[in-house]
Amino acid sequence: MRISSKVRELLKEHGRPAREIYFDLENGVWVPREVVEAMLPFFNERGYGHPSVTHKPGWEALEEVYLAKELVAETIGAVDPDDISFTHSGTEANNLAILGFTAKKDNRRRGGKIVLSAIEHLSVIFPAEHASELFGLRVQRVPVDEYGFVDPELFKYYVDKDTVLVSIQLVNHEIGAVQKLKEIIDVAKSINPNVVFHTDAADAYGWIPIDVERLGVDMLTISSHKVHGPRGVGALYVRNGVLLEPPLKGQLSVEKLWPGVENVPLIAGFRKAVEISFKDFENRVSYVKALRDKLMNGIVSTVPEVLVNGPLNELRAANNVNVSFLRVEGEALTVELSLHGIYASSGSACSSRILEPSHVLLAIGRKHEEAHGSILFKLSKHHGESDIDYTLETIPKAVERLRAISSWKSD
Amino acid sequence: MIVYQVYKGVSTIHNYVIGGTPMSTRIPLPYSPKVLELFKNPKNLGKTDDATVVESAGSPACGDMIKLYIKIRSEGNRDVVEKSSFESYGCAANIAAASILTELINGKSLDEAWRISWKQVSDELGGLPPIKYHCSILAVGALKRAVRAYYSNRNKPPWLPQDLTLEEKQVLEEEEMIERYYRSMKAIVGELK
Repeated sequence: MRISSKVRELLKEHGRPAREIYFDLENGVWVPREVVEAMLPFFNERGYGHPSVTHKPGWEALEEVYLAKELVAETIGAVDPDDISFTHSGTEANNLAILGFTAKKDNRRRGGKIVLSAIEHLSVIFPAEHASELFGLRVQRVPVDEYGFVDPELFKYYVDKDTVLVSIQLVNHEIGAVQKLKEIIDVAKSINPNVVFHTDAADAYGWIPIDVERLGVDMLTISSHKVHGPRGVGALYVRNGVLLEPPLKGQLSVEKLWPGVENVPLIAGFRKAVEISFKDFENRVSYVKALRDKLMNGIVSTVPEVLVNGPLNELRAANNVNVSFLRVEGEALTVELSLHGIYASSGSACSSRILEPSHVLLAIGRKHEEAHGSILFKLSKHHGESDIDYTLETIPKAVERLRAISSWKSD
Repeated sequence: MIVYQVYKGVSTIHNYVIGGTPMSTRIPLPYSPKVLELFKNPKNLGKTDDATVVESAGSPACGDMIKLYIKIRSEGNRDVVEKSSFESYGCAANIAAASILTELINGKSLDEAWRISWKQVSDELGGLPPIKYHCSILAVGALKRAVRAYYSNRNKPPWLPQDLTLEEKQVLEEEEMIERYYRSMKAIVGELK
């Protein structure tokens, strides 16, 4: 049977729940209408040309790409819009940062060590390991504490004169830990002023204020889908003077570091999403924070044998809820919740390619069986109080049903 | 470096143990409708109080564990599954695999039940995605353990092989892998203390 037919049958068996709430903003995105509408003209009305070709549709495309660059630069305190490079995802932006930096010979001449945290996104860890294989660089991963924080006091032992690149996330994508990044960057630069510091800010952008000048960061990744923009756009800020070698080869256009024609419609959608996110930043964040606390407290008080993964209060991103339900397996729980129209993801091994649970959860000291029962909810202003109420009514029933099936019983 | 490795909990120890092993990345899971149907309405779920044998395979740390309850009655020289039921901790496919296995073995002789392969269980479920084959292996592994347990204090029938079957070996391997991981973590923590 064709995969597509099999999945169609599966969806028929699943049915359409009466109510649907999308909490899996880590892995996908629901795009609001006004963002979709901002993209539409660029498919066939205007700006559908190549932004580096001299005709009207090309110049329209160029205008839109620069409007987006200028806005993104402004929102992260970057002086020059040309310091912003668009890629086609956050993963690509992280790859550009790590592989683009290490592929440049001059950047490796000074030494050979890359320092990461233990909980970086895979799009940072894998390129770093790849760079290590290609160029013989060493990669060290700084441990984190039980909440996911890198201790600057510990971190300083990892940076030395051989260190060329450090990459530490501003906000962790799974457990929402907000790092003391300014302090960490200062430590790195005071030990070795030549260190280039990259941060994956995909989960910070739109949730905490970012100022690349104040932080003193050299490269910074953001991703469209994490601010309710369309999938398929990422951006990398690269400080003037930091030189990268484009890891992909092909015809360059506006982007000097990432070949291929710019995806203008999606960039236009991203711009709209950024505009919306920054229009009412503080109110939105505090609104979502209240939803987060309601959901997290509600789960902890209604379901027995639950662990909260990651920090609490102001040290946690406003949109992140990650909990482990013991005695149930997370993939089964995502299926059960899906049948009730609640869409979330799990760090369980069963949803992974090699049957190994989330490295982030293991790094904060969760045992395998605790990581297997984890569920990640990402909230946004598009969720309402009643969505949380419905979710809190549904979760205890879903967990209860699976615990009744489970062969792992309470002691 | 040893000083930093004992720092607050296990993250460095974890890195140290698994080192450069690949980390989990997501994979599409096109389940058949049968899997979802049995996940929603599992058959033969729960304990069987008067079970003759109760055996399990897997563990919470592995991420899946199937427990089988089998009531066996002897009819002349045939031993027959009168009733079987299951409990399953694991993904949707794991629950479905355990459920379909109990349906497959109910009413069968142990001899016939023994010959059910993991592939057959997967096929009955409309073909599991390859990454989920281990769910059907776990179900069959639990069954084979139960059959061996039943004959541990009875005359072994001629069809029961001495050597472990493929499914039994796989289950053991999965269980031992995770035990090794925690043993080596403990050893490192011990060494550093």
